[in-house]
Amino acid sequence: MVIGSIAAIGAGLAAIGAGIGIGKIGGSALEGVARQPEAASKIQTMMLIAAAFVEAVALFAVVVSFLGTNSGGAV
Amino acid sequence: MHFSHILRSKKNILSIAFALFLTFFSLNVSALEGPVAEETAQAHAKETERKKEFDISTFILHHIADAHAFHLWGEGEHSVGIPLPVILWTENGPAAFMSSEFHHDNEGKVVVERGGQRFVNIHEKIYIASPEANEHGVFAEVNARHEVANKQPLDFSITKNVFTLIFSSVILAIVFIRVAKAYGKRSGKSPKGFQSLMEPVILFIRDEVAIPNLGSKFERFMPYLLTIFFFIWFNNLLGMVPFFPGGANLTGNINLTFVLALLTFIITTANGNKYYWSHIFKPHVPWWLYPLMIPVEIIGIFTKPIALMIRLFANITAGHILVLALLCLIFVFKSIFVAPVSVLFVVFISLIELLVGAIQAFIFTVLTALFIGLAIEEHGEH
Repeated sequence: MVIGSIAAIGAGLAAIGAGIGIGKIGGSALEGVARQPEAASKIQTMMLIAAAFVEAVALFAVVVSFLGTNSGGAV
Repeated sequence: MHFSHILRSKKNILSIAFALFLTFFSLNVSALEGPVAEETAQAHAKETERKKEFDISTFILHHIADAHAFHLWGEGEHSVGIPLPVILWTENGPAAFMSSEFHHDNEGKVVVERGGQRFVNIHEKIYIASPEANEHGVFAEVNARHEVANKQPLDFSITKNVFTLIFSSVILAIVFIRVAKAYGKRSGKSPKGFQSLMEPVILFIRDEVAIPNLGSKFERFMPYLLTIFFFIWFNNLLGMVPFFPGGANLTGNINLTFVLALLTFIITTANGNKYYWSHIFKPHVPWWLYPLMIPVEIIGIFTKPIALMIRLFANITAGHILVLALLCLIFVFKSIFVAPVSVLFVVFISLIELLVGAIQAFIFTVLTALFIGLAIEEHGEH
């Protein structure tokens, strides 16, 4: 017997996407800093900005899953 | 009296900071003790539709949504709060009263009469009350899916979000007008006090955001960019404060972010020069791609501000939902031993939320500057 709505599965899939995206960004930021430690603060700033964009896309999917729950969008 | 020696030792500063820290986060937890007490009291003698368990999603959605009063503590009939005016426009003219007349009722059981018309409050939406109560004591027609069929008057009330909007606008206006005047009074001298706090941030916006994107015409748009940045940042911070002036989740309200994105859209479109429009209607692609590219570009004019709107709304709302859900774990598991783990997680997530609040304000500003820059860009590149 399955309970819950498929919207939660959709939100979980979006979280996978966000995890992969931010993981790659963090990984390449670490590599960049390892190559050139003097550029660390610039690289960190850019990493945070890029991570915010990737997170925004995952949150678009979360918003859609809110709209798709059984009681349809923010009861 | 000199108290500055108190702050001189590092240990004291750490103790004071930690005490303030604990105060904020313990207030967060104590605000939630109400529902558990109420659930056990009502489990003895209530209608069958009232669930005996703690309904976490209703709780969270209720705390994120707008409300007609600031709820301070207590639950149900005994809540203590700050009531706000309810201002309605019905077919027979305006009606206004304080939300305390509903006596903290959210289910539609208390009717307020004004000027011959009767109003009822169901889940913070005001409806015209039905003449008689239905079988649950609610003065409205509610169908099985909890949708209400009564008519709603136009609601112009001062709700929590409206109050926070006015409050934060007044504070921002006071602070920045003082800073601006201080520059005039102290021209030629180095900045002092609040000026020196604001100056690096304003220069950062000018040098990293405005000039790279807007080129030489940045001064025209600096007021708008600075307003957007400080408004969003200040409201994000206010939303993280759990008690009175900050109890409302303003930037998590999609109507507010819609207006901000609409302003960006208006400014971008109004300042578009002929290169901007020619890139949209005559993109630099082979002619047989026009039926594809032109609709894509036209849709692109609208999706960029819509993405701005949803990005800010979703980030802030997701943060609040996460904090509330972690705190509600204590009540879902019904055990006090979950509390240290839960509060620790909440501290961690709240710190991330502070960072996210600043980053989202910055991203909104950067993207706005980018879009305006695209619109006013001179000499097409080809």
